[in-house]
Amino acid sequence: MLRPSTSLPRRGHGPLWRNPAVRALFVQIVLFVALAGFIGFLVHNTLLNLDARGIHTGFGFMDQRAGFSISQTLIEYTNSSTYGRTFVIGLLNTLLVSILGIIAATIIGFVVGIARLSPNWLLARLATVYVEIFRNIPLLVQILFWYFAVLRALPSPRQSLSLFDAFFVNVRGLVMPDPQPLDGFAATPWALLVAIIATVLFAVFAKRRQMATGKALPVYWIGLAIIIGLPLIVFFATGAPLEWSMPELTGFNFRGGINILPELVALWLALSIYTGAFIAEIVRSGILSVPHGQTEAARSLSVPGAITLRKIVIPQAMRVIVPQMTSQYLNLIKNSSLATAIGYPDLVAVFAGTTLNQTGQAIEIIAMTMAVYLVISLTVSFLMNLYNARTLLKER
Amino acid sequence: MTTNNATFRTEMIEAREAPNQSRGVIGWLRANLFSGPVNSVISVLVILAVAKIAWLALGWAVFDANFLGSSREACTGDGACWVFIASRFESIIYGFYPEAARWRVDIVFALLAILIAWLAIPRLPQKKWVALFALVGFPILSWILLLGGVFGLEHVPTRAWGGLMLTLTIAVVGIVGSLPIGIILALGRRSKMPFVKGICVLFIEFWRGVPLITVLFMASVMLPLFVPGNIEFDKLLRALVGIMLFWSAYMAEVIRSGLQAISKGQNEAGQALGLTYWQRMGLIILPQALKLVIPGIVNTFISLFKDTSLVLIIGLLDMLAIIRAGLTDTNWLGFSTEGYVFAALIYWVFCFSMSRYSQYIERRLNTGHKR
Repeated sequence: MLRPSTSLPRRGHGPLWRNPAVRALFVQIVLFVALAGFIGFLVHNTLLNLDARGIHTGFGFMDQRAGFSISQTLIEYTNSSTYGRTFVIGLLNTLLVSILGIIAATIIGFVVGIARLSPNWLLARLATVYVEIFRNIPLLVQILFWYFAVLRALPSPRQSLSLFDAFFVNVRGLVMPDPQPLDGFAATPWALLVAIIATVLFAVFAKRRQMATGKALPVYWIGLAIIIGLPLIVFFATGAPLEWSMPELTGFNFRGGINILPELVALWLALSIYTGAFIAEIVRSGILSVPHGQTEAARSLSVPGAITLRKIVIPQAMRVIVPQMTSQYLNLIKNSSLATAIGYPDLVAVFAGTTLNQTGQAIEIIAMTMAVYLVISLTVSFLMNLYNARTLLKER
Repeated sequence: MTTNNATFRTEMIEAREAPNQSRGVIGWLRANLFSGPVNSVISVLVILAVAKIAWLALGWAVFDANFLGSSREACTGDGACWVFIASRFESIIYGFYPEAARWRVDIVFALLAILIAWLAIPRLPQKKWVALFALVGFPILSWILLLGGVFGLEHVPTRAWGGLMLTLTIAVVGIVGSLPIGIILALGRRSKMPFVKGICVLFIEFWRGVPLITVLFMASVMLPLFVPGNIEFDKLLRALVGIMLFWSAYMAEVIRSGLQAISKGQNEAGQALGLTYWQRMGLIILPQALKLVIPGIVNTFISLFKDTSLVLIIGLLDMLAIIRAGLTDTNWLGFSTEGYVFAALIYWVFCFSMSRYSQYIERRLNTGHKR
């Protein structure tokens, strides 16, 4: 209610509309009725309009045969797959480009952000120029630029630019060797999983030991050795069960290998470069937010430079960086929907584009598409709040 | 007593100049570029890379480029052919707006420029009235001028609008529309009435959770379903509704951060004076809160301006769409680089000046409590 009215002496005497609690209730009831009426009006209109156009609402269309082909499918898909399947294909393509983009944008962002703080004047200026250029050009222009102006200008498959005769770049995209797992390969991923668990356990043990005895173990190096070493040993112990399918030029196109679509490359480049510029600013402000006294205090305790950075500056900077970075990641995922402008088959292009045009089920399809992005956003925000609560400055 | 001049000095010694090595150009270079072996290597590499890129870019855009001519035949150099832009310049600015009526667009452009300049330059007087005109009078006047159909002005349907003019129209309507909605939402989210607060939270989180593209798709395919069948819904209007709803949610969050920064005592003092809720908000809280978040609001404007380009996906002919359409002209195939670089340049000039302005305001407002 508007105000707790504990100490109003003349309560009940004045006119009713002067009572804040009554007024608040009244306002909310009016708002509720108005809103319900408005929504009812929209629903009524929609039903009439749908009826007039002969569209049946419902999700029955999801089981119908789609009958169109998609240029990039991470899981099996044919012309005779259902519309429901197109949803999954589009979603996976969106996730693929988002994850690739997030990794690259983070690397670019950290490199550029730290370069902006470099004592080297030229490097710092160069990083500033990068940020100011790419932050201020619409992402769509950048996507179109990379796709139409750069990748379309690449040579035809026969004149491909090649690297080690294994990677080929041409107007149809990037062709590279494709790993083919043979029998017994499954042991390697399991070994990796075991190695990760072992490393985590080891890190916990090392921390406890340090707490008890004050002696530190080289956790980083031992962990790295376990994570790389164990899968490698298993891989070779099982007889290296992996074959590479090498791309070969036959006629006018390549056979074998993986062909990465130019649309994916253009979208990935644009997303990472654009978001990288924003992340660079976040990293810079995060590092600047750690008071200089912290570094000076570490130095006066003769803590080595690398440890100062790793144990003192970065953990405090992360408190500022991570929440903003997450919202950039969410932006990147949402921005990946611009794929539809160059025909990369993401969720919006495939499902809210082709499938919608073929079925005409606008309401269901738009609602499902929005729901996907909403679920991603809300999940990430929820995790973020947990993280924030954990890393909040503990004031005693 | 006599002073022993051999051991004491009675006058100050002149400060000696800093050593040659730490002064002037050389000193600056040593301190900033060549302070150690790693730095020196980095500097040399950066100089080489920048020189190479600048040489290539300048060669392409200026030295080897063609500027004059009227057709593709004029493109003889190895570099860019700006003739493409020049030949399409009119439509990049006006779209398909009829030539005889373009003076109306020019008037609106000029008015917009004057208003923005007036509001942006702190020394000019009468800010309140100018702002009121910019938010109320100017949109109505521009609507009459651009659309026509009254006072003997020829009617120009919105499907003939295009180019930079459409981009700016969408941006201005989006800005003017999303600001008041954002203020209402921000106040609602901080309300103590649970229903009002819940509605505002739902509204804000919904629009912030979905991409603008899906909002535009929704506006273009679902809005016609929402209104009674006999009402024709203009395509531009649909896009504008979508853009306003979408950005008002972002605006609300920016304004909310400003409201949170105002201390509770301000509100309580207002209550003690017997001011009503709207008097307290309008006269005390909002003027302070909005002033605090001007940089954030300008940043939202920048994002909004950049995202106006997305309307090309639902088939409106904004500046980017006109350029893209020009590139599919069979006479001008293969000039994508020129087209997109030009588009990027125009957007960049707008966005960069806005971001500079926001930094300037931040510095101006920051005077009192600088750390």
